[in-house]
Amino acid sequence: MNPLALLFLVLGLGLIAWLSARARAIALDRGGAQLHSRPRQHATYVALWTVVPALIFAAIWAALSPSLVTASVLADPAAAVLPAGGFERDSILAEARSLALGRGYGAFYDESEALAPVFAQAQSFYRWIGAGIVVLLAVAGAAYALSRITPLFRARAQVERGVMLALLVASLIAILTTLGIFLSLVFESARFFAIVPVTDFLFGTTWSPQVISQRDPGASLGAVPLFWGTFFIGAVIAMIVAIPLGLMSAVYLTQYAHPRVRRWVKPCLEILAGVPTVVYGYFAALTVGPAIRQIAVALGMPYASSESALSAGLVMGVMIIPFVSSMADDSIAAVPTAMRDGSLAMGATTNETIRRVLLPAALPGVVAGILLAVSRAIGETMIVVMAASGAATITLNPFESATTVTKQIVDLLTGEAEFDSAKTLAAFALGLTLFVITFLLNIVALRVVKRYREAYE
Amino acid sequence: MTFAQPKMTARDVSVFYGPKQAVKSVTIDVPTDEVTAFIGPSGCGKSTFLRTLNRMNDTIPAARVEGQIALDGEDIYSAGMDVVQLRARVGMVFQKPNPFPKSIFENVAYGPRIHGLARHKSDLEAIVQRSLKRAGLWDEVKDRLSDSGTALSGGQQQRLCIARAIAVDPEVILMDEPCSALDPIATARIEELIAELRGNYAIVIVTHNMQQAARVSQRTAFFHLGQLVEYDATDTIFTAPKEARTKDYITGRYG
Repeated sequence: MNPLALLFLVLGLGLIAWLSARARAIALDRGGAQLHSRPRQHATYVALWTVVPALIFAAIWAALSPSLVTASVLADPAAAVLPAGGFERDSILAEARSLALGRGYGAFYDESEALAPVFAQAQSFYRWIGAGIVVLLAVAGAAYALSRITPLFRARAQVERGVMLALLVASLIAILTTLGIFLSLVFESARFFAIVPVTDFLFGTTWSPQVISQRDPGASLGAVPLFWGTFFIGAVIAMIVAIPLGLMSAVYLTQYAHPRVRRWVKPCLEILAGVPTVVYGYFAALTVGPAIRQIAVALGMPYASSESALSAGLVMGVMIIPFVSSMADDSIAAVPTAMRDGSLAMGATTNETIRRVLLPAALPGVVAGILLAVSRAIGETMIVVMAASGAATITLNPFESATTVTKQIVDLLTGEAEFDSAKTLAAFALGLTLFVITFLLNIVALRVVKRYREAYE
Repeated sequence: MTFAQPKMTARDVSVFYGPKQAVKSVTIDVPTDEVTAFIGPSGCGKSTFLRTLNRMNDTIPAARVEGQIALDGEDIYSAGMDVVQLRARVGMVFQKPNPFPKSIFENVAYGPRIHGLARHKSDLEAIVQRSLKRAGLWDEVKDRLSDSGTALSGGQQQRLCIARAIAVDPEVILMDEPCSALDPIATARIEELIAELRGNYAIVIVTHNMQQAARVSQRTAFFHLGQLVEYDATDTIFTAPKEARTKDYITGRYG
């Protein structure tokens, strides 16, 4: 049975259950019984019991049935033609499956043609079993729930619990995904660290993944230049741009701007955060980079490249201005007006009031905004890929080329290396380190914000 | 009512918030070295009028002030008036205590610092000590001047704000319902303090509490619907008001 048809069947059963439960509750009500819950709530309760267990089973079955199908195909006498193991066996099975589903165009392996009908048969067998159980569950759920409808039954509270569970599951999915991402990084990194010692990776100062010696792979996989480049571009150059501009625009918007100006300028500033980073990348590579090269040449560096740390950092700084300014804006606006009035009434100018009272009071929020902006900047990929070169150097000269962790991850994974070489696995180790750093930055930022909130409530 | 040498004079002062008129043509003289109370029901314009005396209404974009207000005969709304200087001469204490999130010392030192009143650290310390003593707070905080001002109790915070205001040596102190957020004991302390400060400063206090006006002030002005209804010696206002509206208000017929 077609999965879509099955879904509609279950939903149809749900609708029937809803209608009949409501009719039943209304009949009870008419009959003079004092109902605890409204007929609608009884109906929803029954409909949930009809649809939810059936769909949960359908989802589980969809995950389980392929392996059941394969097992039964292998048990079939026709499977005797398969080679004992290895790559060929898997390919034949995969081909037979796509032939059975009608997706293949003729067979590469003859054996798969022989297996295809067996596959198709097993597939439809398990599909019908699954559909049968789903319908049975739906009917059973409906019957059980319908049997519970009595005047005293608290359907309302039950539905409330169902909703609560659904919300809980929704939030768990987000958390579990984060955990899954983290774990996948950890496992791949563990494989990497089995080849390369952690200390070599974390403290080595040479990064040249193009030439990895078999005997000592750690010697050319030292991540320090990458983290230096990331820090230099994302946390130094970008912040030199973003912090003053973001803070000053926040101060202007909250303290000086006419409300009408604020209404227009604030959304414009926030649009900056919505520009795709690829577009910033163009801007950095095609406009800012060459301009900076000319400046460098004029300053007496004739061999300056247009791919410099400065161009990537500057554009990145512009990109994260809204992160700094909107957090700063919120936290300055959250400082009670009484503070501002108190200072102005002492005869302080607006400027003195901002510097001596508003900014210190808003400081935790501002700091949190900066930390979030930093974690955004060091995770930023596209701008660096497009505007900074790949040379991993430890330098303080912003006109020189620099590279970042994210840029190197892209380079490592887009090559043609094998998937389990030290070179490719290094990408996961880099990713893990970056993940941990931004994670810590976010935690610190959130704690700072929390402490700040407590101070004013 | 006029005096030979009023500290501040207001002539035909009206305040508008956008199209709405909050204060209607008020003419009043504030005497030197006495406490003047503004009383009246909520929304009668008394706080708005108070805020015109040190131009705090300037911070509200929609507010507009008409008429003339003078401090020692000098028009405070004239183009040549320096608002910063004006507010140093006419200090203000707010309804809710609003110490800065700084130490007690820094709260009091704030004004002297921005106005450059202290040349040396010792001068600044002397000013802080004197102001806290005058505000009756010194004995309670002298051992913890570096603690945050916001950690004090509400009544202490309000006295800290008064200390902060008098640290710049103002001539007039405006108090906008300074006790409305405080408990009765803290209120009594502030009232004592106002009595002690009288004679050194011209004090104008806005209050909802008629007993408070009767206790602390020498002159009382009754505002109603944006107008100044009656202004006289406090005793006269509370025992023999001339206007029927004043009498109705102080006897609790409305408000």
